[in-house]
Amino acid sequence: MTAPIETTSASAEAQPEAVLAGAGRSQIEGRSLGQIAWTRFKRDKAAVAGGIVVVCLVLMAALAKPIQAVFDLDPNKFNQDLVDPALQAPKGPWGGMSWEHPLGVDPGFGRDLLARVIEGSWVSLLVAVGATLVSVLIGVILGVVAGYYGGWVDSVVSRLMDTFLAFPLLLFAISLSASVQDGFWGLTGLPLRIAVLIFVIGFFAWPYIGRIVRAQTMSLREREFVEASRSLGARGPFIIFRELMPNLVAPILVYATLLIPTNILFEAALSFLGVGIAPPQASWGGMLTDAADRYEADLQYMFVPGLAIFITVLAFNLLGDGLRDALDPRSK
Amino acid sequence: MLRLVIRRLLQLIPTLLGLSVLLFLWLNRLPGGPASAILGERATEADVARINRALGLDQPVYVQYWRFLKRIAELDLGTSTQTGQPVWDEFTLRFPATVELSIAAMIIAVVVGVPLGYLAARKRGGWLDVASVSGSLVGICIPVFFLAMILRGIFSVELGIFPSYGRLSTGIDATSVTGLATLDGILTGEFDATWDAIMHLILPAITLASIPLAVIVRMTRASVLEVVGEDYIRTAVSKGLEQKVVRGRHILRNALLPVITAIGLLTGSLLSGAVLTESVFTFGGIGSFIRTAIDARDYPVLVGFIMFIAMIYVLINLLVDLAYSLIDPRVRVH
Repeated sequence: MTAPIETTSASAEAQPEAVLAGAGRSQIEGRSLGQIAWTRFKRDKAAVAGGIVVVCLVLMAALAKPIQAVFDLDPNKFNQDLVDPALQAPKGPWGGMSWEHPLGVDPGFGRDLLARVIEGSWVSLLVAVGATLVSVLIGVILGVVAGYYGGWVDSVVSRLMDTFLAFPLLLFAISLSASVQDGFWGLTGLPLRIAVLIFVIGFFAWPYIGRIVRAQTMSLREREFVEASRSLGARGPFIIFRELMPNLVAPILVYATLLIPTNILFEAALSFLGVGIAPPQASWGGMLTDAADRYEADLQYMFVPGLAIFITVLAFNLLGDGLRDALDPRSK
Repeated sequence: MLRLVIRRLLQLIPTLLGLSVLLFLWLNRLPGGPASAILGERATEADVARINRALGLDQPVYVQYWRFLKRIAELDLGTSTQTGQPVWDEFTLRFPATVELSIAAMIIAVVVGVPLGYLAARKRGGWLDVASVSGSLVGICIPVFFLAMILRGIFSVELGIFPSYGRLSTGIDATSVTGLATLDGILTGEFDATWDAIMHLILPAITLASIPLAVIVRMTRASVLEVVGEDYIRTAVSKGLEQKVVRGRHILRNALLPVITAIGLLTGSLLSGAVLTESVFTFGGIGSFIRTAIDARDYPVLVGFIMFIAMIYVLINLLVDLAYSLIDPRVRVH
C-alpha cells in the first residue's frame, strides 16, 4: 500500500554521544549495544507509547478466544431485538452503545462490535505478522545473496526489487487471491483465506526488506572483520551465516516492525474489496465493507473498525520508527 | 534525448518478458483452467478435452506461450464474463475516469505537498513543521477507504455539500469528447456539466491524494533540509545572490529531484488507491469495474487488468524517467 521510502542506513554501532552519556557518572560501567539502544528508546515517548499499544494489541489478539469466553462476547450472535427493523439501524444513540455492548452493535444483525473488533484483531495480526515473516525470509535470502555476491546476480535481484516496489501490488493481489478457490493446498474456508493472504502479501512485500538487507550486506562485506574471516579461509556460506547475519539482525527487526503496519493495511484493503477474509468471519476490512454498504442506516459504525485499523497501524509505525532511531541513530 | 528514450525502451524488455512469463504460468494454474471457467463446474471430461483442444491447450508449453505473447501484442485480453464485451474495450471505456481522478489527486498532492514540505523544512520545529509531520503520519496510517468513508459521511451525508457517488448527476447530459468529464464540459461549452463533474471529483481526489501528499511532504522536507546544508548553497549565499534566486534555483531545484523519483514510485500506490477510492464513491472508473468483477469472479477481467496495469505502469515510468532527464542534466550524460 504505502511505499515506505526510507533512506538506507548503516549498521547499529556504539555512538560516541551514548558512550559519553555514561561517562558523566563517577563509576564508569561498560554498556552493551542493547543497553545503549534501550536507553535511547526509552527517551522516545511516542515510540514507548506505540510499543505499549502494540503489546496490548498482541495480547488482545492472542487471548481473543479466552477474552470472548470470559466476558461472554460472541462475535457472531445476532441480536435482532437491538436493531430497528424499519431502518435496519441499531436502536439508541451512538450505534447502540450500552453497558452490554460498549462499542455498539452492527446494523442489520445487531452483532456485538467489541466482540467483532477483538475477533478481527487476531485475524489481522496473524496475517500481517505471517506475511512479514514470509517477506523477511525471501527478502533476507535474496538481499544477502545480491549484496554479497554482486555482479549479475545483484543486477537481476535489484531490477526485480525495483519492479516490485513501484508496481500496484494491491491490484495484483486482488486478482491473485480472487482466483484461489476452495481445495487449494488441501485447505478450505478461513484457514485457506488466511494462508492465501499470508503468502500473497508476503510475496509482494519482500523487496522492502530485500533492499535494506542488500545495502547493509554491501557495506558489511567491505569491513575488516569480513576480510579477516576471508583471509582465514572462510567461504561464502560461513561468512554469510556467521559474520554477516548477526550484524543484520537489528535492521531486519526494525524494518520487519515497519512492514507489519503496511501489511495490516494491505490485508484490510483486500478484505474490504471482498477478496480477503470472507464473512461471516469478522475482519476489520470486512466490517468497513459492511459500514460502507450501510452508511445511510448507521454512519457511526465505520469508526469502530476504522479506528481499530488506524490505531494499530499508527502504533506499529511509532514503535518501528522508535526502534530504528534507537538501533541506528544515523538513519534519522 | 532520443538515445535515452531508446535505451529506456530496451531496458523494459527483460522486465516485460519476465512479467509475461509469470502471468502465463499463473494463467495456466488458474482453478480448473479456462475450460472449467467456460463450461462451469459440471463439465464432463470429454467437454474439457474438446475445449482444451479448441483453445490449443494440448500444445507444447512454448507454443502456448508464443500465442499468449501474440495475443497481448494484439491487445486481446479475452472477453468479460459479466458484460460479454472484450476486456480491452471495457478498460479503455472506463480508464479516462480513473486517469481524471489520479491526475486531480496528483495535482492536489504536488501543489499542496511541495510548498508545505518546503515551508516545514525552512521553519524547522515550528508549528507548521510539527503539523505537517504529524499530518503526514496520519495520512500514511489511515486506510484510504476509511478516509473516503469519513469524507463522504461528513461532506455528503451530513452537510450535503458534495454528491456522494458517481461522476455526474442524473439529468446532466454531457457530450463525451475526451472522456475526462471536467475537460469535456469546457470543450463543448457545457459549463454546468464541468461544474457538476468538479463537484463529484473533489472528495475522491482529496481521498486519493492523502498518501502521495503525505509522502511528498516528507520527501520534500527531508530533501530541502539536506540541500540547505550543502556547500554550494553557502557559496551561492556568500557570493551575494538574491535570496529569491538561491531559493528557487539552488535549493528548490535540487531538492525536487528525489521528490520526482518518489512521484514515479507513487504511481503504483496511486492506482491501488484509485481502486479503493472509486469503490467507495462508485466513481465509474476501472476501480469500480474491478470491484464488480471481484464479486462476479470475472477472471478474464481480473487477469486482463494486471496486463493493462503493467502497460500503464511501464508507460508512466518511462515518462518519469524523461521528466527526470529534463530537470537533471547529469542523467543525460551517462
